[in-house]
Amino acid sequence: MSDIPMSTMEPGTRPSLPPPVTETGVIGWMRHNLFASWFDTLLTVVAVILIYLIVPPFVNWVILDATWAYPPEVVSGERTAQFSDCAANSGACWIFVRARLPQFFYGFYPEVERWRVDIVLIMLAVSIFGLLSNRVKNKKPVVWFFFVVYPILAFWLLLGGWGLEPVPTRLWGGFMLTVIISSVGIVFSLPLGILLALGRRSKLPILHALCVFFIEFARGVPLLSILFMANVLLPLFLPLGMSIDILMRVLIGVTLFAAAYMAEVIRGGLQALPKGQYEGAMALGLGYWQLTRFIIMPQALRIAIPGIVNNFISLAQDTTLVAIVGLYDFLNIVRAGSRDSKWIGTEMEGYVFCALIYLICCFAMSRYSMYLERKLHTGHKKR
Amino acid sequence: MAAQAAAKMEVGTDVMIDLSGVNKWYGQFHVLKDINLSVYKGERIVVCGPSGSGKSTMIRCINRLEEHQRGKIAVEGVELTHDLKNIEQVRREVGMVFQHFNLFPHLTVLENLTLAPIWVRKMPKKEAEQVAMHYLERVRIPEQAAKYPGQLSGGQQQRVAIARSLCMNPKVMLFDEPTSALDPEMIKEVLEVMIELARSGMTMLCVTHEMGFARTVANRVIFMDRGEIIEQNTPEEFFLHPKSDRTKLFLSQILHH
Repeated sequence: MSDIPMSTMEPGTRPSLPPPVTETGVIGWMRHNLFASWFDTLLTVVAVILIYLIVPPFVNWVILDATWAYPPEVVSGERTAQFSDCAANSGACWIFVRARLPQFFYGFYPEVERWRVDIVLIMLAVSIFGLLSNRVKNKKPVVWFFFVVYPILAFWLLLGGWGLEPVPTRLWGGFMLTVIISSVGIVFSLPLGILLALGRRSKLPILHALCVFFIEFARGVPLLSILFMANVLLPLFLPLGMSIDILMRVLIGVTLFAAAYMAEVIRGGLQALPKGQYEGAMALGLGYWQLTRFIIMPQALRIAIPGIVNNFISLAQDTTLVAIVGLYDFLNIVRAGSRDSKWIGTEMEGYVFCALIYLICCFAMSRYSMYLERKLHTGHKKR
Repeated sequence: MAAQAAAKMEVGTDVMIDLSGVNKWYGQFHVLKDINLSVYKGERIVVCGPSGSGKSTMIRCINRLEEHQRGKIAVEGVELTHDLKNIEQVRREVGMVFQHFNLFPHLTVLENLTLAPIWVRKMPKKEAEQVAMHYLERVRIPEQAAKYPGQLSGGQQQRVAIARSLCMNPKVMLFDEPTSALDPEMIKEVLEVMIELARSGMTMLCVTHEMGFARTVANRVIFMDRGEIIEQNTPEEFFLHPKSDRTKLFLSQILHH
């Protein structure tokens, strides 16, 4: 039917034709994306060469030439594993990670008490699932559990006392410590950030000034110095004889630091809302808190999701800085492990393992935020 | 014929809104100059005038979206002061429809309508939903209840906005250029709803340039220019025998373009 030229047809009778073949399909795609010009072709060739140079050796080292299994003496229990067991293979020495995995996970937490950590982390996973899943319709009990009951329960289980064997925080470490610091930072910085952002936009001059001062101060100082200050300065301000646990100081420092960044991201979301949303709600007689809760925050937070998750991810990674005040977080304990005389030479394995775990966690967060953005999009772009 | 329709609608003697000696400034700019206006129960007033004449500002002062600096504004005897209690009381009784609808895009149409009745009027959810469906039927879009505002046309959105205000059972409705942001083919459906509302006896104060609407339902037309009320009269007198030159100029510009 396309034999008749369009120009000879009656207006109103021109059919919709499929696009030319060269624009679609594999060949069309390659022409558009890989070989559109001589420069694009050059870039494509260089990229292919780079991939060829990097990927095969890396795969060899990580998987094909790596040592995965313990030697027979270790399996039969005659001795413990060590770096020389990997001498036969040129690749990564994964039995290092295998041998040290419990410590990477629990730190120096006493072995017989580790079930407590398991319970805390399982409860965390279950309640996060409950908060995020679409299948759980009634979120109210989950929210109450997660924000009120769970923190108390978790700290009791981890710290001990009241019938449980006390475990001082200096024994906490590894992945568990990283999860604790990150979750506390994430869970408390969000509400605090919301309040700071609202305060910064408040018309009350003193409240406004206080919030601006706090946000600018916390953002103007590196996290490292905040951790130092929390460690060294905070005790000076406290009455004599009173001391706060070092982990507690770190948690407070990290949370306040993250809250300042969170406040700015949320303020961005607030400013993106058109004035009409406030006016529409006020004209209906809604008060300030109703307006904020039902109209402003749901929309501002949705706009701010990419920024908020970005903050979560960088917070999770910033927790490695607590090494500076002597805490053994995940990265630090892996490094310490590869400095053990039995495992000298396993730095690379340690870093790659750490990177992989961090990558999995942060990638999951990032994917979830993209899903959330799509889910909350209700077909409005402009207003 | 328009006169007959208007005559059928009774105008009470109770003052609904009372503005006396209202003045407002934006910085150095004097936007409202000594505005005196009484709106009676059941009255339908159309406010017109060139852009920047202060007409929107005036009606936005009535529910305190804008603050006036001198003079007195009272709605049903409740004076608008800095007292938040008074302001919220007035806003509960005064509905407002905006040029850009100002629907809440993250809520469905039904949720848009029930939010204020549930949280401001403390109405049970079931009842609020019944009320909402009643008004959606009145604006003729009950089938859109579960959709989000972003999925509706402009005309439908504005009708939802009108229904949203009506759900609060207001005593007065303010309209701030309700058809100015609409495509021409959608203006009619919104005006029809407004005309119906006027016939039901609602007290209305409309800023609009729809002179056909003014002729059909208004019992008073107010012309504003440069922050002042220049002239007010019945629609017939206003359109046929405008008194001031500024009114004549304005009418010639909007009627013969």
